[in-house]
Amino acid sequence: MNAVSFQNVSKTLGGKVILNDVSFDIKKGDVFVIVGPSGAGKSVSLKHMVRLMTPDKGNVMVGNDNVSTAAGNELTLIRRKFGYLFQGGALLAWMTIAENVALPLREHTDLDDCTIMDKVHDTLKMVGLENDTEKLPANISGGMIKRAGLARAIIESPEIILYDEPTSGLDPVTSRHIDKLIVSLRAEMNGTSIVVTHDLHSALSIGTRIAMLYHGDIVELATPEDFINSTDQEVKEFLAAQYITRRGAWERK
Amino acid sequence: MLTREPEHFPPSVNTVGRMGRTVLFSLRRTGQAVILLILAIINIRYALTKRAQREIVIQMFASGIRSLGVITVVAFFTGMILALQTGIALREFNQEVNIGTAVMVSMLREMGPFMTGLILAAAVGSSIAAQIGTMTISEEIAALELMGIDPVRFLVMPRLVAMMIMTPLLAFYTSIIGILGGGIVGITQLGVPWVKYMQNATMYAETKDLYVGLLKAFIFGIIITIVACKQGFDTTQGAVGVGLGTRQSVITSFLLILISGYFITRLFY
Repeated sequence: MNAVSFQNVSKTLGGKVILNDVSFDIKKGDVFVIVGPSGAGKSVSLKHMVRLMTPDKGNVMVGNDNVSTAAGNELTLIRRKFGYLFQGGALLAWMTIAENVALPLREHTDLDDCTIMDKVHDTLKMVGLENDTEKLPANISGGMIKRAGLARAIIESPEIILYDEPTSGLDPVTSRHIDKLIVSLRAEMNGTSIVVTHDLHSALSIGTRIAMLYHGDIVELATPEDFINSTDQEVKEFLAAQYITRRGAWERK
Repeated sequence: MLTREPEHFPPSVNTVGRMGRTVLFSLRRTGQAVILLILAIINIRYALTKRAQREIVIQMFASGIRSLGVITVVAFFTGMILALQTGIALREFNQEVNIGTAVMVSMLREMGPFMTGLILAAAVGSSIAAQIGTMTISEEIAALELMGIDPVRFLVMPRLVAMMIMTPLLAFYTSIIGILGGGIVGITQLGVPWVKYMQNATMYAETKDLYVGLLKAFIFGIIITIVACKQGFDTTQGAVGVGLGTRQSVITSFLLILISGYFITRLFY
């Protein structure tokens, strides 16, 4: 069964075609990575999955539910299946890391404070932030903000986790740490992960399938091994621009 | 859904088209603000939850206590100016003893609520618009919606309740301080003893002056909060958009306070 399906989705923003009759399926358990240059429609695709954007044409299905037409409680229930790591973390600035992570539990459950804080501690430990619980978002680094955002996204054990540029703006070591987290979370939670990135090193190391968006079209959809060997010109250029050879090795020409 | 997709419209071809679009957009924004107000009022039923109570107290402190300093100074000098100007005019007829009535009635009916409304629109309204605007830009509002947390209940309702409580209280405080300032000018500049000033002040002032003034302040509090929140949620274009939204919030609140103030006065007097 598919976790998410795009069925002939088209989207135009400001007269520019962002998605042009795009169709693809994301299977349950996949780490599905969407790559492509800036402005290719990667984040727009992600926002369609939780209806922060609505397609001009076509449907986005989450399981058997059509999220493109869902509203009210139905939309809320569909959204609760997702954890969303925003590009900038989107943590509430006046709350500590622990309070931010605890927020979904406080709002949706009747758990007592002690149980909530235990769960928050466990989740923050998973992302390596167990010693920074009382810090405010303004006082931590970009990488820590992303990890805290990730902890908030997974605290309710969602079926699908969406990652919007999880490694952008981070140093290579922190980026690889985030990659490892994505892989380990998939193993621990047995859910589906959908990652939007233009970091091919990250995509190739974490993805089970990689789709490349280019000018509103999916130009390649393949496993990492097949993606490296793609004959598509845009994919080849994209790989070459990040010094990735057909063997998957980093090679500066 | 408060998180909206960016909208793009083709440029208007002529002046009539531009004017029509401006009118339509204004009407749409007004309608959205009214819906926001209705949703916030519906959500007041959650005001007694523990988290909401805590948030309301924080907002009461932010909107009320933090504005106390500037309100005190403005109210004091407003009362002093009122007393001085009226007193100088009345002295021509040896009637300076009547400044008490002039100051009391002006402060309770008009100056107290107006001064409070304008100060809160500038100090608190701008702060709310900037905070929610920044949250919109940094996708925090979208994050709340995705977590299934209603931003109206989480952000707007506590601010609205806090302002509904604090604005009338501050308007009353402004009136008292203004009357006190008027009294000091009466004693020091016009030779009107405090007892005479207060006797005169209480002789002609009615309870109606007090409750109409408080009603005005209550409505001003609602206007300031809803305008500021609406501007915040509508923010686009990054830091520039936050600045523009904040500015627009203050201007709109000022205008609505003056216009609604006139109509409330017309309704009761």
